[in-house]
Amino acid sequence: MYIIVIGGGRVGYYLTKELLNEGHEVLLIEKNAVICQTIDEELGSVCVQGDGCEASTLAEVGTGRADILVAVTGDDEDNLVACQVAKHKFKVPRTIARIRNPRNEVLFKKLGIDATVSTTTLILEHIEELMPSHPLTHLLMIRDKGLEIVEVKISPESATVGKAVRELSLPSESILALVIRKEQKPIVPAPDTVLQAEDQVIAVTTPESEEALRAALRGA
Amino acid sequence: MKVVIMGCGRVGAQLASLLDADGHEVIVVDNDTNSFKRLPHDFGGTALLGNGLDEEVLKKAGIEEADAFVAVTQGDNRNVMAAQIAKHIFNVPKVVCRIYDPLRQELYDMLGLEAISPTTIFAQLLRERVES
Repeated sequence: MYIIVIGGGRVGYYLTKELLNEGHEVLLIEKNAVICQTIDEELGSVCVQGDGCEASTLAEVGTGRADILVAVTGDDEDNLVACQVAKHKFKVPRTIARIRNPRNEVLFKKLGIDATVSTTTLILEHIEELMPSHPLTHLLMIRDKGLEIVEVKISPESATVGKAVRELSLPSESILALVIRKEQKPIVPAPDTVLQAEDQVIAVTTPESEEALRAALRGA
Repeated sequence: MKVVIMGCGRVGAQLASLLDADGHEVIVVDNDTNSFKRLPHDFGGTALLGNGLDEEVLKKAGIEEADAFVAVTQGDNRNVMAAQIAKHIFNVPKVVCRIYDPLRQELYDMLGLEAISPTTIFAQLLRERVES
C-alpha cells in the first residue's frame, strides 16, 4: 500500500518506521528541513520537506494514488485540513487524523475524516486502567458501532456480591461478556452466575448506558 | 445582529469596530490579551480571551445565538477549522473565514464554506492598478 504520513514528530517518525518495516511504500511530509534531513538519514529517503496541508505539496508526492493518508502533527487544525484536502482534492480512500482535544472527534467525523485517534483519550484510558480503585475502565471503543468494551471490578462492599446476574437491573444496551475471577478460568456469565467480590466483569455497552451499567454492577 | 469574530489582529479589530459602529452586538475572541489593544477606545462590544477552536470558549462567546461568525486569525487552518465548527456544530447562519492560500480557499469554497483569499483579491487589485 502507498501511505502518506503528515508530520515528522515522534509519532510520525515511529509510524513511518513501523509501516516501512511492514513493507509498505511510505512517504513522510515534514515542514522542518532539519528534521526532514535527520529522518532521511535514519530511514532512507522517505521524507519530503513541505506543508502537508498544501495541495501543491500533496500533488508533488502523488497523493492521487495514495491508499491512506495519516496526519499526525501536533495541531488538530493542521491534521483536519491535511485530511480534508487529501479526501476532497485527491480522493484518498482512507484518511486518519490524530487529535489532541477529544472534543474534536465529533467534528472530524462529521466532516468526513474516516478515523481519528485521540492521544489524550488514549493516555487517560491507560492511566484509568492503572488505577485499581477506578470503578469502570474503558478497554476498547468500537467506534463505527457506537459501542465500547468496559471492565467493572466488583468491590467487596458492593451490594451485588452474592447476587446472580439475573437479579441485576442491567440497562438493555449492556451485555455482560465475561467474568474473570482470581485463579480460575474466565466465565461466560449465565443468568445464574453469582458475582463474587474482586470479580472483574467485562461488558459491552453503549457510552450512554455506561453509568447505568456501573450502578447496576455496584448495586447502588 | 450578533457577530462573533475570532482573531483580533488588524483585520479582526477593524471589522469589530466597523460592525460595532453599525450598531451590531460584537464579540471578539483572541488568545492573546495584547491583541485587544488594537480595538478602539470607544469599542462597545466584548473582548473575550480564549482559544476560538475550543467549543466551550465559543459557547461563552455566545456562538449558539450568533447570527454570524468570522474567522480571521493568522492561521489558515485555524480559520478553516473554526469556521467548520461554527457551521456544522453550532449551525451559525452566516460563516465567513479568511484563507491566505488560494488553492485551499478554492477547495473550501467548493466544500461550501464561504472563504475569502486576501492573496487572490489583493493580487487582482494590484493588477488592475498596474494595468490601468
